[in-house]
Order: sequence, then C-alpha cells, then structure tokens
Amino acid sequence: MIELLGVSVAYDGAPRPAVRDVSLAIPAGEFVALVGPSGSGKTSLLKTINRLIAPTSGVIRIEDRDAAEFPTHELRRRIGYVFQGVGLFPHMSVRENIAITPSLLGWPREQIVARVDAVFDLIALPRDYLDRAPAALSGGERQRVAVARALAAEPRIVIMDEPFGALDPVTRDALGQAYRALHERMGLTTVMVTHDTQEAALLADRIVVLRDGAVVADDTPRAMLSGAHPEATGLFDTPRRQAAAIADLAR
Amino acid sequence: MNAQLAAAFATLPNYLSQHVLLSLSSMALGAGVSLPLAIWAARRPRLRWPLLAATSLVQTIPALALLALFYPLLLALSGATQNLLGASVPSLGFLPALLALALYAMLPIVRATISSIAGIEPAITEAADAVGMTSSQRLWRVELPLAAPSIVGGFRTAMVWTIGAATLATPVGQVSLGNYIFSGLQTENWVFVLFGCAASVAVALVADQLLALVETGAARRDWKRIFVGAGGFVLAALAALAPAAHATRGAYVIGAKNFSEQYILADLMALRLQAAGLSSEKREGLGSAVVFRALAANDIDVYVDYSGTLWTSLMHRTDNPPREKMLAELRDWLKRTSGVVMLGAVGFENNYALAMKRERARQLGVTTLVDLARVAPQLTFGTDLEFQSRPEWKSLREAYELRFRAIKSYNPTFMYRALDDGQADVITAFSSDGRILAQNLVTLDDPKNAFPHYDAIVLIAQKRADDAKLRAALQPFVGAIDLARMRRANLEVDRDQEKLTPRAAAEKLGREAGLLK
Ligand SMILES: Nc1ncnc2c1ncn2[C@@H]1O[C@H](COP(=O)(O)OP(=O)(O)OP(=O)(O)O)[C@@H](O)[C@H]1O
Ligand SMILES: [Mg+2]
Repeated sequence: MIELLGVSVAYDGAPRPAVRDVSLAIPAGEFVALVGPSGSGKTSLLKTINRLIAPTSGVIRIEDRDAAEFPTHELRRRIGYVFQGVGLFPHMSVRENIAITPSLLGWPREQIVARVDAVFDLIALPRDYLDRAPAALSGGERQRVAVARALAAEPRIVIMDEPFGALDPVTRDALGQAYRALHERMGLTTVMVTHDTQEAALLADRIVVLRDGAVVADDTPRAMLSGAHPEATGLFDTPRRQAAAIADLAR
Repeated sequence: MNAQLAAAFATLPNYLSQHVLLSLSSMALGAGVSLPLAIWAARRPRLRWPLLAATSLVQTIPALALLALFYPLLLALSGATQNLLGASVPSLGFLPALLALALYAMLPIVRATISSIAGIEPAITEAADAVGMTSSQRLWRVELPLAAPSIVGGFRTAMVWTIGAATLATPVGQVSLGNYIFSGLQTENWVFVLFGCAASVAVALVADQLLALVETGAARRDWKRIFVGAGGFVLAALAALAPAAHATRGAYVIGAKNFSEQYILADLMALRLQAAGLSSEKREGLGSAVVFRALAANDIDVYVDYSGTLWTSLMHRTDNPPREKMLAELRDWLKRTSGVVMLGAVGFENNYALAMKRERARQLGVTTLVDLARVAPQLTFGTDLEFQSRPEWKSLREAYELRFRAIKSYNPTFMYRALDDGQADVITAFSSDGRILAQNLVTLDDPKNAFPHYDAIVLIAQKRADDAKLRAALQPFVGAIDLARMRRANLEVDRDQEKLTPRAAAEKLGREAGLLK
C-alpha cells in the first residue's frame, strides 16, 4: 500500500515545481503505470516513494507508516528500484550487483547465492554473465540485470523507471510478461514509469497520466483507450492508430 | 675515486635505512591525516576549498625552509613541555623532519582523494543510496573502491616527493641520503654528491614502480597485480630498514656544522671517544644557528664552535677584547645562561678574514681593510650564505665604511670558485681554510679590530657536564691543534687531487697532533 498525499517537488532554482500536489492511493498488489511526456515529472514523483527525493511538501505513506519516519536506508532496502539510467556498480560483477541489497540486509551466504540464482533465471541471460563486469554487457542486458537487482531482496514494493527502454520489442514484451507474472505470483505492488503507452496498457492495472507535474488522468487501460479522458487522448491515440494500421496490413 | 666510493658504500646501509624509515613514517603520518580529512571534505563542498588551499600553501614553502621552521617550533614546544611536564620533546633530528615531510606529503593525497571521490558519477552514488546503503557503506563499498586507483596515484606522487625531500633532513640533524649530498657539497666531494643523488633517485624509482603496479592493479581489479606491487613494496622497505633494526645507537651525540673542518673535528672526537671505549653517533651538516641551540637543549652532547661566533651572535657583543679575556667571559656566560661547559680552546683560530687573489691585491695596492675601502666601489664582494646577516658584517662595514659595487652570497665551495674565475674580487674566507694556501690568496689585515677572535672551542652540553669519562676523552683536545695542521687537514679534504674523506683526514690529524695512536 502506497499513499501519496498532496506531494510536491520543487528543485532549487527551477522556475516551476516538477511535481505539483499529487495525491494517489495505490493498494497492495496493484500494478500502476506512470505515463506522460518527457519532463512531466515522472522520475521526480517516483523517487519520492523511496525518498531519493524528499518532497518539498506532502506526505508519503508506505504500508500505513509515514515514509519520513523510516531511516532512509531501511526504507530503500524494502523497495526495489530500477533506474532510468540503469545504475549498476561498475566495480562489481553482475553477481555482486544483484546480491547487494541482500548482503546489506545481512542475509546468510547460502540464502544470497540461492536468491541470486533465482532472480537471475527470471531475466533469461546466460549463466556465465554472472561473473562479468557491467561494462561487458549490452545496454539491454544491463537493464535486465538492474531488474534482477531490484527484485533480489524480495521487496513487497517495486518501482521501475523505464526498465525495458533499451530492449528490442520481442525481448521487451517477453520480459514485461515475465515480470507481470512475477508481480502476480509474489503479490508485489508495482509502479512503473514508461513512455510507451502501449506497454502501459498491456501490463498495468491502472494508468496515471502526468502533465507538467500534475495528475491529469487516472484510470484503467480500457477506460484510457476508450477516450474517457480527453486530457490523455493524445497519448493513447498513437498506439491505437498504429494497432489499427498493423491489423489492416496483416489482413 | 675508488676509496671515495668505498667510503660511500660503507655508510650506505645506515643512511639508506634512516632515509627509508623517515620517508615511510612521514608518508604514514601524512596519509593517516590526509585521507580522513580528504574523505570528509569530499562530502562537504564547503570544506574542500579551505583544505586544498591550506595544503597547497604548505607545498609552496620550500621544503628546506619547512624543515628548518620545525626546529625552532619544536624547540619552543620542548621548552614549554619541559616547564609543564618536566619532560621535553626532542627538537632535533627525526621529529622535525617527520612533521615537515608529513605536511609536505599531504597535498597529492588530499587532492587525489577529493577529486576522485567528488568525481564519481552522481548516478552511481544515487544507486548506492537506492539499494539502501548507509553513508558509511556507500563510502567503503562504492566510493573508496572506485576512487582507489586515483588515491594510490596520489600516494605514489607523495611517496616520490617525500623520498626526494627527505634528503633535506640532514641540516636539522636527521641522517638521510642527504648526508652524502650536503657533506659532498661542502668538501667538494662530487662522488659523494652524485652517490647521494643516485641513491635517492633509485629509492624513489623502486617505490614508484611498485606503487604503479598497485595503482594499475586497483584500476583493473587485478588482485594479483595489487598483491605483487604491495608485497614488493613491503619487502623492499623491510630490506632497506633491516640495518636500522640492529643498529646500536651511540651513547654520545657529536654535532658538526656544515663545513670540512667541522666534519674532520667531529670524526676526530668520535675516534677519541672510541679509543676511550665510548660509542657515539654524529649529527652532521647542522646550521650554525641550529647547532648551539641543539647543544643547549641537550639534543647533542658535544661539538666545536668558535668564540667570536658565540660572542657576536649569541651574546650580542660588539666590543673586541683580547683573546684570553674573551674566552673567560664566554665561559662564564655559557655556564650561567645554558649550563653549557666550555672545555677549552683547541689551539687554532678560524677567523673571519677578507681574502683576495695575491696578484689582484698587489695590482690594486691592497694589504689592509683600510686600503680595500678605497677601491671597494669597483669591486664585487662574495660572501658565504650567512655572513650578510651576521653582526660581524655590520661592524666591519661601519668600521671601514665599506661600499662594494655588488655583493653576492655563495655556498662556501662556490665562493672560492667565484673568486678564482673573477666573478668576485674579495671573499669572506676563514683563516684555517686550506684553500687560502692552495689558491694562493692573501688575507687582509684588520687594523681597527673589527673582527673578533674565533678560537675553536670544545663545548659540552649541560647534561654531560659532570661526565668524567667524556671530559677525560676530550680534554686532550685543548691546545692540541695549531693553525698549520688544521689548514693542512682541511686542504686534504677540500682539494681535487688525492682527496681524503673527513675521517681519513681526522685519523691523520689525530696522529700528528698526538690525539690518536
Ligand atoms: N535535479 C534537478 N534539478 C532541477 N530540475 C530538475 C532536476 N531533475 C529534474 N528536473 C526538472 O524537473 C522536471 C521533471 O523532471 P523528471 O526527470 O521528473 O521528468 P520525467 O517525466 O522523468 O522525464 P523523462 O520522461 O524525460 O525521463 C523537468 O523539467 C526537469 O528538467
Ligand atoms: Mg524520467
């Protein structure tokens, strides 16, 4: 359960706030996609959830406790986070990167080993990649490792910022589906930022549209595609038109 | 030539181990202070500038001056702790050298640490926060490992600087490879100078190459390379330090200023003590202001000074009494003010005198300082490094109204060279200097008695005042060496052909003067 109450983020020296008075309640087990044009404040809003950014005003509640009450490192160990920029540690192997949060939590060695194996299977990479340095991976492979790292400590909440951005459409779809299945199986609460409204529509239970830092629409994918939210129509027109065009071509 | 090299190699284990011990200790202290400071400042941009500015400022002070500054500082501290705690910190030798070099080592380490930590990509430090690291976990698991190659690079620079600068510890009484360079410079023993330079360069190169392995190893996360570099460094250090571990410290410390006569007399005193069954060690190449203070502070036990020097520089006297009267007054004054015992006069005087080439003096018709004053405006005056700040120069100038066309100061060796090749017309010479004979110089008479007498006198520190064995071993020095013998011994060390080491000259002089069998 994630609750945002009147959350605003204003960067020092910026003319306008990046996030403006956002209130959202995300029940446990829900998969929310956060969409919106570039610069609309998606990353800024997402980072308030694990307090990489402290909101200028407003309250964030995680599992019914004010997030500001947790020591930040404890809060963050409980929330899996996938960076828009990947953010793997260059001096650690893939294995060490994935194992980092469990090791910070002081898990026993065997448990860490087993867990690294388990999450690594999810991302469908050859096993010998475990001992490689992140620099020896392609952009898409690194993104997959970042997803595995976010899941390693068995978080209840996962927040992801463009996690599949660098992947080819086939892998992207496969990994999206695999993640969605995991979300179901583990009972995760997921917030995923994406540019891709088609992906949002196919994976999420609920889509939140941001524009200029404010929520302009918040509804199910079906309602979004049906044009119930005129503010978001532009965003969903494109995938709908493309889908129709491809269906025409295939006929 | 071979004898000189053999003499150099004979002292190498001792000089090298002391040099390495000093360099490593200074690095350890410098790094121990710099690293935490730099890590702290890397997190706080506001502290960065002051820390970098302060360490850079230290770096702009010439190393020699920095070393020299720590001596009076520690001397004052030593006095304070003596009053407060009844125990004093040593102000000569290892401690001032250690502190100055540690300060000197800070800049490269601070700069490398701050810039490498502050230069880590923000995305990586943010990732460290996002996976739930505390700020110390972030430091140890992410920032330091990523900054390690640059920090080792900073260490490398600091290590090479420190090894080079450690040669400058000699004048504050710390034995180092600089002993070759300083004594070689004074006695025109170029074999020693080159040997000292080569040894210090070799040590620096070895340290640099081994640390380079650690640096590249850290950059490539190649543990084998790091291990080889660090292990090699430790082994090399241990090998160099080995002689220091079982070196026996001498019971007595003999001081010497930085010219040939002082080296010879210090060696001769050491030989006398040895004959009497007493062990000793030497602190050579000390500045003339440092050496008396060191004796007064009991950091050294014995050395030879000159009556006129103490008379003018320490007692601040400008009158010029007869020889015996001056010695008597000086003896009382020393006893009263610092407890230092004047054992007696060695026999010869080493007076300040102005000297010219015999030919040139005849051309100009100069035999006395009165004559010199007449032609001085056309002449260039070459002095040793300290003469112009000594009170003798003031009284000389005033007594004869000397006005030179130019005044230049030189290291004594180069001062004689300057007179020889005409860069200087008149120089400050010492009456016992062998080069007066060798270069056929004349010393100018001083009819107005502007220069006092400079009897060579043996001085003993207060704490050894009642040491009968020491006094018995040194008592025979009184009246034992006349000017001709001292001049010849000095010449044997200073000349270019058939050069003797100070020790060989001391043995010869000792036998001639009946001080050694
Ligand atoms: N550290 C910062 N300092 C100042 N302004 C910032 C900072 N980070 C982001 N901004 C600004 O805040 C606004 C929102 O940025 P944010 O990164 O949240 O956008 P986004 O929706 O994630 O965009 P994108 O889809 O391109 O990733 C932008 O106008 C951006 O320029
Ligand atoms: Mg973004």
